[in-house]
Amino acid sequence: MSQAGQEKPPILAVNNIEVVYKHVMLVLKGLSLRVPEGAIVALLGSNGAGKSTTLKAISGFLPLEDGEITDGWIEFQGQNLKGLQPHQLVRRGLFQVMEGRHIFEDLTVEENLACGAYTRRNRAQVRADLEKCFDYFPPLKERYKSLAGYLSGGEQQMLAISRALLARPRLMMLDEPSLGLAPLLVEEIFEIIGRINRQEGVTILLVEQNARIALSVSSYGYIMENGRVVLDGPVERLLKDQDVQEFYLGLGAQGGRKSYREVKHYKRRKRWLS
Amino acid sequence: MSFFLELVANGVAVGGVYALIALGFVLIYKATSIINFATGEFMMIGAYFFYTFMVLLGLPAVPAFILVMACSALLGLVVERAILRHMLGQPTISIIMVTIGLSSILLGLAELIWTSDFKSFPPLFPRAPVIIGEVVIRSNFFWGFIIAMAAVAAFALLFKYAKVGVAMRATADDQMAAFSMGINVRSMFTVAWAMGAIAAALGGLIIGNIGGIQPNLGHLGLTIFPVVILGGLDSIAGAVVGGFIVGIVENLAGGYLHDYVRGDVKELAPFVVLVLILLIKPYGLFGKQEIERL
Repeated sequence: MSQAGQEKPPILAVNNIEVVYKHVMLVLKGLSLRVPEGAIVALLGSNGAGKSTTLKAISGFLPLEDGEITDGWIEFQGQNLKGLQPHQLVRRGLFQVMEGRHIFEDLTVEENLACGAYTRRNRAQVRADLEKCFDYFPPLKERYKSLAGYLSGGEQQMLAISRALLARPRLMMLDEPSLGLAPLLVEEIFEIIGRINRQEGVTILLVEQNARIALSVSSYGYIMENGRVVLDGPVERLLKDQDVQEFYLGLGAQGGRKSYREVKHYKRRKRWLS
Repeated sequence: MSFFLELVANGVAVGGVYALIALGFVLIYKATSIINFATGEFMMIGAYFFYTFMVLLGLPAVPAFILVMACSALLGLVVERAILRHMLGQPTISIIMVTIGLSSILLGLAELIWTSDFKSFPPLFPRAPVIIGEVVIRSNFFWGFIIAMAAVAAFALLFKYAKVGVAMRATADDQMAAFSMGINVRSMFTVAWAMGAIAAALGGLIIGNIGGIQPNLGHLGLTIFPVVILGGLDSIAGAVVGGFIVGIVENLAGGYLHDYVRGDVKELAPFVVLVLILLIKPYGLFGKQEIERL
């Protein structure tokens, strides 16, 4: 990796993992990535590239979907995560905000937030963190007593991130926070994700299809295709990369926006990556 | 008129106990999506626990009562850990068959341990009937109702406010998400089974106090099933309302129709009402739409 020179060991290290679903489907084919402490790292790629599977492999959800890590290992704060279940990982400081938000619709906002703080013991600290959540996401304060199922999509995403904040994780993994949200709202949420990273010191691993917005807050990016990392580097370099510009940011060689009609060579050109 | 009121009052009293036993179904179904057809036997065993502590061991009523709750919780826990946990992910029909098998095993065990002779408790409450206005209610019914309602309220409060209650509702709502919050979903299943067993056992104790106990007391569990279906399998409020409806309908039918119709109208009437309500509201009065029906 190009960050080999860094002094501190990464908070999360995924080492050459291979993931097989239902004993036959090879979904990840030797994937490695590192997340340095305090950073926001983006994991990008198109549908079905294996981004969500990567997150599930880290957060311990694979066995619940009949998936299995057949090779390689994952280290979190220097400790091998093999065999740990999702609820145990939360206690170790690793929290995943699942794709599609997965809020508890039959519970109130208040109860949803209480579930986020489920593993915490110190009530005073939880209350202080709750105030922080309201600072980041004022709408939640107004909807505090209402059923979470009645919240708008944006409010639900805010609730999902707040639940994660209340767990006080060392590493927060966000799976497609932009999913199904209006563009303006997406920008607002990502701006807040950046603030959470800076102000709370939470390391963030971000999985996104919306490369432009993800790279705007991240410092390092991995691009996945077909179960592998095909390109990685500091964001400044990725943004300058011609192929990233063309395939993930939709820019032409001249820097202007391109229409899809001109991306006819997409399939052919993209092959070099994989 | 006073005959009518009396029937209604006694119906309400019995309905309260039905609600508590129905809660035994609901608590387990809500968290685990399993219909426990051994609920009736949990109830019967609970009554025998009470008989054992009070009559055989000679303990006072209150400690015996607390021990019944502890032992029933243990029974639920053991059943979940030893049997149901290994059935996770198996087809619903297999799991239901397991609970039906479990009911036979518990029935057999009860006959082995306590024999099939009729047993009864010493009187727990003052004998004099309770008189409200012009309505007379048998004291066992009245006090049974009070205990049942207190227990239902305690469960409802636990679910609403306690940390474990909120976690159980979260698990019922979205297991994956509950896992991702750090909630140990499997231990929530265990807690649900323990609580369901306690609810059933308390109901059994009250019923046993009214009519005495025998191993086949558990068949009452099937009579109570309409209560659960009526209220919606996953709703505590539904269990309470369903309990009252079944209790009242049963008593009114027994009181007014018994002279005209041969056979046991009292037991038939709740099922007639059940069918009528399900025709209008297929998911029960309070049930969630997306729950699976059998």
